[in-house]
Amino acid sequence: MKRDMSAQRTISFTLNGMRVTANVEPHINLIELLQVQFGLSGAREACGQGLCGCCTVLVNERAVSGCLYLASFVDGAEVATIEGFDGPNQLSAVQEAFIETGAFQCGYCTSGFIIMATQLLDENPDPSDNQIKHYLTGNLCRCAAYPEIIAAVKLAAQKRKDRGAS
Amino acid sequence: MAEIEMPGAIGTGSQIGRSVSRVEGRDKVTGRAEYVHTMRLPGMLVAKLFRSTVAHGRIKSIDTSAAKDVSGVLHVVTAEDVKRVIPDPYYGPAFHDQPILADQKVRFVGEPVAAVIASDPHIAEEAVQLITAEYEELPAVFDEVEALTANVFVHDELRPAATFADLKHLKGIKNTNVALAYKLRRGDFETAYATAAHKFDHEFRTQKVLHLPFEPHATIADYRDTGVTLYTASQGPSFVRTEIARLLGCPENRVRVKVPYLGSGYGSKLYIKLEALAVALSMIARKPVKVALTMEEMFYQITRHPCTFRIKTGVDNDGRIVARKCEVYWNGGAYADIGPRVTQKAGLTASGPYDIENVSIDSLAVYTNVTPSGALRGFGVPQLVWAYESQTDMIARALKLDPVAFRRRNIMRDGGEHTTGQVLKDAAVEKVMDRVLDRMNWSRPLDKGSGVVRRGRGFAIAIKAVTTPTTSVAIVNVSADGSVALYCSTIDMGQGSSTVMAQIVGEVLDIPAESVRITPCDTDVTPYDMGTLGSRSTFHMGHAVRLAAEDARDKLKRLARDVGEPEGSNIPVSELFKKRYGMQAGNIIGSGVYKPDYVSPDAETGLSPNITPFWMTSGAGAEVEVDTETGHVTVTRLINVIDCGTAINPKIVETQISGAALMHLGFTMFEKMHFDGGQVTNASLADYKIPGIRDLPGTMENLFVENYQHNGPFGAKGVGEVATFCVSPAIANAIDDAVGVRLTELPLNPEAVYRALRAKSGRPLDEA
Repeated sequence: MKRDMSAQRTISFTLNGMRVTANVEPHINLIELLQVQFGLSGAREACGQGLCGCCTVLVNERAVSGCLYLASFVDGAEVATIEGFDGPNQLSAVQEAFIETGAFQCGYCTSGFIIMATQLLDENPDPSDNQIKHYLTGNLCRCAAYPEIIAAVKLAAQKRKDRGAS
Repeated sequence: MAEIEMPGAIGTGSQIGRSVSRVEGRDKVTGRAEYVHTMRLPGMLVAKLFRSTVAHGRIKSIDTSAAKDVSGVLHVVTAEDVKRVIPDPYYGPAFHDQPILADQKVRFVGEPVAAVIASDPHIAEEAVQLITAEYEELPAVFDEVEALTANVFVHDELRPAATFADLKHLKGIKNTNVALAYKLRRGDFETAYATAAHKFDHEFRTQKVLHLPFEPHATIADYRDTGVTLYTASQGPSFVRTEIARLLGCPENRVRVKVPYLGSGYGSKLYIKLEALAVALSMIARKPVKVALTMEEMFYQITRHPCTFRIKTGVDNDGRIVARKCEVYWNGGAYADIGPRVTQKAGLTASGPYDIENVSIDSLAVYTNVTPSGALRGFGVPQLVWAYESQTDMIARALKLDPVAFRRRNIMRDGGEHTTGQVLKDAAVEKVMDRVLDRMNWSRPLDKGSGVVRRGRGFAIAIKAVTTPTTSVAIVNVSADGSVALYCSTIDMGQGSSTVMAQIVGEVLDIPAESVRITPCDTDVTPYDMGTLGSRSTFHMGHAVRLAAEDARDKLKRLARDVGEPEGSNIPVSELFKKRYGMQAGNIIGSGVYKPDYVSPDAETGLSPNITPFWMTSGAGAEVEVDTETGHVTVTRLINVIDCGTAINPKIVETQISGAALMHLGFTMFEKMHFDGGQVTNASLADYKIPGIRDLPGTMENLFVENYQHNGPFGAKGVGEVATFCVSPAIANAIDDAVGVRLTELPLNPEAVYRALRAKSGRPLDEA
């Protein structure tokens, strides 16, 4: 059996603000592309079925499950991963809030929760508990840090207001 | 680098009792934390596994020819190939019963039979699909009770490891599925039960559930002729090192085990899992080889023990429990893993936190033809508490006794004897119960409703001994600039141990916990630890770290004297080194070892005056709403209370209580592995549901009572498992309170509740 290498195609896209190109085979998903060709492992495969949210990545500012998203689809797109959320000595309000409230244990699912919490606060700067739960239903945490995650989102909402005001 | 306070001679005060933020927090929120599952080494190959499709059978043939022909496949490996590099390829912590790849026989559906090695995982996966095997199918046994008397034997003979002295006598025993039988005899159960005024005899069962850490099992082995390096998702790197050295017949210093961040474990990554296979494959390929499971494959790696528990209790006319018999059968699956230890360590607390004069316990580890069972956050104790605390309420109900008063009448108290004979100390069972009742407003009646939805409440209490005697070693290194690093092999898999250990170092050396560097686990650098398991780390490693820091502190004092500093001088540590070595040079190394005292249980009676260095106690209270038309149960309130000794980091303690209780809420309400002829039929996250954010109880409180542990480091003890114990019986007791039905098997899903309601109303449903 031989693999058809001619199926490879070259794609170019923006990754955390930088223009990049990659050669991808049609079956490669976005997680594999990010991990193997760009050394970014903050989005991680866990369930492999798009159910847990550990592999969350932003494509054109919308969250997708990287384990189900074929790499070749990001041709021409803007891709953002957790590795682009912090600057030198500067965490985002959501990242700070996750640390301060202890909203993670093992950390494997944390990237996905932070990306989704950020997207939630972009859409709704002052969500209720119920809105937070509803928005984060697609992310699972086996360590069950859910109460702390809800507290983190609320703290982050406050931090964003304070940062905006300052 | 962010500003980190450097320690001087003058500290900032106490580090114990501070809710220090996780020391590894920044790596985790920025996606920079690296786990083995996403790790790659230069030149690394990957392996994918071909697994058994039958539950029990002799392997007649394995055809790997088509797989070998796939372009890009480097090796297709079976047991015969493994034996050429590791002649006796059987491993395990208690029994050497598990082959690296199935050897002549397969013993459960999903057992690894062959491995394909390629540089591309997709090619390896494709090639695995082309392997075929022929089996001579043998009768299989799946149920732990049937396996006791069945004519089907999972293993031809027992192969105990030399690790545990009390298993030696089992070597070579044939025609049994019982790997280990632990018994305890206290007083005279038979006579006391025969003459008891009230007799209760019940059977409880728990289902097969699994850990599902979100980082699936993964190991990379890099074998060279000079030694082997493993990068592995493990909770027990020291054991991995010892076991790989044994398999290779080489000294331990030829085996290096590194554990980066661990995407949790809950007991699933203990002892040895994929490590032996990865080493064998790297020996064959002569390159680094990675074996990483998918989430689906975890259903064939390790699970919790299903359990059947028959419990007989005799009660006198004063509401005093006078006799209790516990027969506990643990479904260990096809390989023993740590099952025999679960059987014994859990078994000794099977009669519960009650002072009972006549007790008989038989706790049996049983082989069956399903995925092996191991330790899962509680070492068997949650399965026991499910039974005995359900029965406690059933007895109180039958005798029309108040469930609080009945428990209070029988509860164990400090100064009295535990069932094993050890005098109880620092076991706050009653204090924990009182706190639960207080938070539940127990003295005030609950509005139970009158329509379709009925309300009820229940609670439960429990006790556990820690896994012991076990050893921990730690090293504290003070560099010439005064900065401090800790070397220890406790794995922070999310429970917060790194932060807690940094606080202990900080407390002794009077420096902020945040300034202490925690060296990642690497057995070439970090010293021995028995394993991160059974809520043992804060106590055992906590002591070792304390001793190492005290040793470093004493050596710093000596250094100060040696360079002529007066007693009590506040000269910075870096100046001491400069005075001694003329420049920024040198180290101070402090070391500490801790192993508690222990007396093995008597072989005949199972009794011991010193079975555990500390007791864990917990309680839970639940309020539920039961929809009588659908059987759906909503947990509206869940109160969890534990006794943690001193809370070294109150925030982390609270998070451990919450996480443990919520994980157990899944095991209680809906999680269950379904089987058909030994085949798991819901082996994926799509079909096996775990708690999500919507499953949070309406109100949840996670509390601890501080109850100084006199022999603990700064009065502390372990907390990782303890909040799992009482969730199931508290909810079952609440359901009974609401609608008057008693469930004796988990999970408490709508179908089970609805069937019980229909049966109660005299209109039972047909079996599905």
